[in-house]
Amino acid sequence: MKKTLALLLSLTLVVTMVAGCSGNSAATTNSDVIKIGVFEPLTGANAAGGELEVDGIKLANQLRPEVLGKKVELVIADNKSDKAEATTAAARLIEKDKVVTVLGSWGSSLSIAAGGIVKSNKVPAVALSATNPQVTAGNDYYFRVCFLDPFQGTVMANYAATNLGAKNVAIIQEVSNDYSVGLAKFFSDAFVKLTSDPNAIVATGNYNTGDQDFNGILTNIKAANPDVIFAPGNYTESALIIKQARALGITAPFIGGDTWETNELITIGGADVEGAVMSTFFDDTNPLTEAGKTFVAEYRKAYPDRQNIPAVTALGYDGYMLTLDAIERAGSADPQAIRDALATTKDFEGATGMITINANGDAQKNGAIIKIVKDGKFTYLNTVTIK
Amino acid sequence: MVIGMTLETFLQQLINGLSIGSLYALIAIGYTMVYGILRLINFAHGDIFMMAAYFTYFGIAVFFLPWYVTFFITIVLTLLLGVGIERFAYRPLRNAPKTSLLISAIGVSFLLENLATYLFSGKPQAFPNFPLMTTPINFDGLTIQPVSILIPFVTLFIMIGLLFLINHTKVGMAMRAVAVDYDTAKLMGIKINGVISSTFAIGSGLAAVGAILWCMKYPSVLPLMGVVVGLKCFIAAVIGGIGNVKGAVLGGLILGFSETLMVAFFPALTGYRDAVAFVILIIILLFLPNGILGKKQVEKV
Repeated sequence: MKKTLALLLSLTLVVTMVAGCSGNSAATTNSDVIKIGVFEPLTGANAAGGELEVDGIKLANQLRPEVLGKKVELVIADNKSDKAEATTAAARLIEKDKVVTVLGSWGSSLSIAAGGIVKSNKVPAVALSATNPQVTAGNDYYFRVCFLDPFQGTVMANYAATNLGAKNVAIIQEVSNDYSVGLAKFFSDAFVKLTSDPNAIVATGNYNTGDQDFNGILTNIKAANPDVIFAPGNYTESALIIKQARALGITAPFIGGDTWETNELITIGGADVEGAVMSTFFDDTNPLTEAGKTFVAEYRKAYPDRQNIPAVTALGYDGYMLTLDAIERAGSADPQAIRDALATTKDFEGATGMITINANGDAQKNGAIIKIVKDGKFTYLNTVTIK
Repeated sequence: MVIGMTLETFLQQLINGLSIGSLYALIAIGYTMVYGILRLINFAHGDIFMMAAYFTYFGIAVFFLPWYVTFFITIVLTLLLGVGIERFAYRPLRNAPKTSLLISAIGVSFLLENLATYLFSGKPQAFPNFPLMTTPINFDGLTIQPVSILIPFVTLFIMIGLLFLINHTKVGMAMRAVAVDYDTAKLMGIKINGVISSTFAIGSGLAAVGAILWCMKYPSVLPLMGVVVGLKCFIAAVIGGIGNVKGAVLGGLILGFSETLMVAFFPALTGYRDAVAFVILIIILLFLPNGILGKKQVEKV
């Protein structure tokens, strides 16, 4: 009895382990294959965001499965939404799976954590929606296809001051998340400058990833009575924050950043997140480029039952297409050659707009899309361009 | 410091503290009861709490059962899960060193977390809304969700019920006997296995009640939601004096109030909220190594 039980338990363990690894294809030694690493959170607090980017990468891979006459193989590694796990996952992709380039990760903190690994191994990486400047700063091997937080912070500060007519704001930030802290700072700086009022930030609340109770900080914010609340951060926590704020009788509008655009914000937030406004990268109802139209059409074909096309999925698509373009221009699958080709990208037509990589490794983008939650959907509000 | 905090804001913070503290208390009771009987810190308790949240989510959001049926099924399933864990992971090790038992508990905890991630995905699920419980009521500037008022009463009611069970019933007497001396209790003809199973049943049942109330207040369900909650409630149990039911409730309330009041008085430190639990734990253990209501223990040689 005991033995059978022990056997059964160890079997369960083995099965779960195998299942946990099923995302990684077996390592092939075939040189006719070019391996691209996909470095995303597929479990943990950011899992929903990672999955959306993987959707875009896979869609692009189906459309363009080959480059230089070789088959492209995606090796997916789960960084578990954890900074420590992120370095391990990136190291495994590069050292064990021998990928020639890496795509990801959702979440700037996770990308920053992998920065050292890609730099020391001289394997290029393309961040998709990681907006914090630190991702590419001082790292010649990290690139990105999205805009940056100083820009995004300014866009949202403008929106709060001009469109909402806010005189003062409260900020709620996820202190353990570089993205959230960075964006909150860029927003505050821009907002203080816009209103010429050094005391325009009337309250700040900090929380940690995974927190569920925000009543304490929200009660403080309610007492400060701000016109608008800026709360960049992870979607689950943000949804709970907005819910609890409404339950405490706070009526000020909530605005946030690109990480809000996941279905979980709406499913968890329900009616309380109606009217929440965020900046993002892409609007499926109005693609700016031909590549954008192709992406929308292909996405609709692949997922006919889905309504909104999340912006980060479009960025996943762009990241893959840009990488393949770079491999083609490099004429080889050598990581250093791909890196040099990525660095000299000029006017690449992506689904989210034209991409030109600057000296920092960032895509030069000066337009953001503002969306609002309306009738349980992310709805286009307007496009903001800042020169 | 908040300068000129209004009475309203202060009262609101007290209510926040009371409500989260009572939730901690409810879950801390599960730790304390198991420790009292087995001298085992049941590290899987937080994950039993998480599974209960998923049972409720599936009952209502996936199988569309009425809430009362779901709550009943959740409590029964969680209770069986707790008893099952004891039967298969702890009982075979009962005569092994205590460390083995502890490691087994940590193993069960990891197994449940990974099983949940595998079965239910790592993405958060939205817990169904109970408008009756969550629609806020306004009291002269204070805004309170009915569930926040319900929670302290449920905790109080359960604590009184448990104290009655422990002090005035036959099962309770057996529990106390096993807690005092395991071997002698056995010699006296007490059915040890039954007593331990019922302890786990009660502890897990309370975790289920805690999970239902927790999710009404914080409506997202995640495979790792039990980790932090479990840790904090364990701390609450230690602060109050582990092994003592009243102590667990006291510890939970102390933890809940200090967390919220720290946020109220030192808004700049809100990011260190979780650290408060540990600081309180260290301070209390320095002065009262057995917790506030804990009995002084003499190691038998």
